Amino acid sequence: MSFAQIEELKAAIERDLPDLTLQVEGSTLIVEAKDLLRVCRFLKDAPAYEMDDLSNLTAIDYPAAGGAGPPGHIDVVYHLYSMRQKHGPIALRVKLPRDNPVVGSVTPLWRGAEFQEREAYDLFGVIFEGHPDLRRILMWEGFKGHPMRKDYVVEEQ
Amino acid sequence: MTATFDTQLLEINLGPQHPSTHGVFRMQAILDGETIVKLKPVMGYLHRNHEQLGEGMTYIASFPFTDRLDYFCAMTNNLALALAIEQLAGGIDVPERAQYIRVIMSELTRLVNHTVLVGFLLNDMGAFGTPLLYAFREREKILDLFEAASGSRMMCNYVRPGGVREDLPEGFLEQTQKIVNEYPRFLDEFEALLTDNEIILQRTQRVGVLPKELAINASVTGPMLRASGADYDIRKVDGYGIYPRFSFKVPLGTAGDVYDRYFVRILEMRESLKILQQALREIPSGPSISPKGLQLVTSPRTFRPPKGAEAYGRIEAPKGELGFYLVSDGSPQPYRYHVRAPSFINLTVLEDLCLGHKVADVIIILGSIDIVMGEVDR
Repeated sequence: MSFAQIEELKAAIERDLPDLTLQVEGSTLIVEAKDLLRVCRFLKDAPAYEMDDLSNLTAIDYPAAGGAGPPGHIDVVYHLYSMRQKHGPIALRVKLPRDNPVVGSVTPLWRGAEFQEREAYDLFGVIFEGHPDLRRILMWEGFKGHPMRKDYVVEEQ
Repeated sequence: MTATFDTQLLEINLGPQHPSTHGVFRMQAILDGETIVKLKPVMGYLHRNHEQLGEGMTYIASFPFTDRLDYFCAMTNNLALALAIEQLAGGIDVPERAQYIRVIMSELTRLVNHTVLVGFLLNDMGAFGTPLLYAFREREKILDLFEAASGSRMMCNYVRPGGVREDLPEGFLEQTQKIVNEYPRFLDEFEALLTDNEIILQRTQRVGVLPKELAINASVTGPMLRASGADYDIRKVDGYGIYPRFSFKVPLGTAGDVYDRYFVRILEMRESLKILQQALREIPSGPSISPKGLQLVTSPRTFRPPKGAEAYGRIEAPKGELGFYLVSDGSPQPYRYHVRAPSFINLTVLEDLCLGHKVADVIIILGSIDIVMGEVDR
């Protein structure tokens, strides 16, 4: 999605949901965690978009730079497509505090998020509130830590 | 009649060591008699944190590892990563010949995958060995081609950003043409035994029905989505590479049951053969990798995409939408490297498909989803 299109999308969302604050970074729309579900529902239902396919959901870890630098954050990234209108992707990002990464689950909107959110929980420790069955999926039960975090230390063999 | 027996639910584990699970995959099922009332997939036995490995090496160094995701479809895995890297670099030219080679390899991979899938599906239905043997016989011919081009039958490591690793060897196109010409005969033979076979109809029709709305909502992709009637093929929608030049149809199912998932794949193979015929007719001579691609491949540490750049490249892999999501921090290694694996996400609906069916049906429903654990567990 080009810059002009993403600005247009931002304007369309803000027209419909005027109390939101959205930002654009590159070709990604930055959404605040508390607004995520409303933005997602808008994108899924608005006739101009109809993003019925959550293609990809993943997380990215940005640890704190250390010292007096900004605190670290974990981003959750969503790539949405529309199968009905055959367009996309729209990339959304929410920035969550690294010590308490909690965001609403989009599984009630898109079932396709079920396993992907479990994976992000398992490997990054992101808590998806409202997920029907938030358990580890790739690592085993009882595993400590979240191995895709940048500060995860691999055990000595 | 009043119930005279005291009945209770039975919990059983299918897998992780079970011949029908196509690897190490476990299904925790709760049965009422023989009927499934609950089923939870358990995975991760083959997990090796592929993504973290990818973040610890240069972009190019990940290619051999992608072969091991879906190890039936190394060529398409390579292609998806190459497309994501090309996008991350802000576009790398791909010479005409390389574009054609990519299409030929992708469609041959689709033939391999679907042929083998049908063989395994029959295995799951109880036709032990024989159909799979015929499927493997055809697959071997194509693997010979892969070996001639890339040096390896399964772990091809062949497609590169900006083209392909090496040009085709002498006689490759002639041999491919021969196989493509002969393939319809094999498909006819296969279909004569399977498509109207009474036992197959009985076992597969109205089993594991996936409604179109659920398929879309659950991000199901590939032949499984199209068997439910959703017209969505990334080759058509995104038109990556040179796919818009080829004329082919997108076969769709109507019922979304196991039978449709079988038949859509048979029809897709016939469409792949059409694409191959066109590609073999039109492939030009010329370089097989562009100078920028070659520079990237020969000195991978010079490839430093700008900090914050990100790309999501996706293709229509034989099993569905295969995507690579890359984020750069300005270093020669990806800051984030994520694989959107079709097998993994298609499993989301496994329980929905199985509820109310018998244990024996679970096996063929799983077979018809077409999973490879290398890709599910990553």
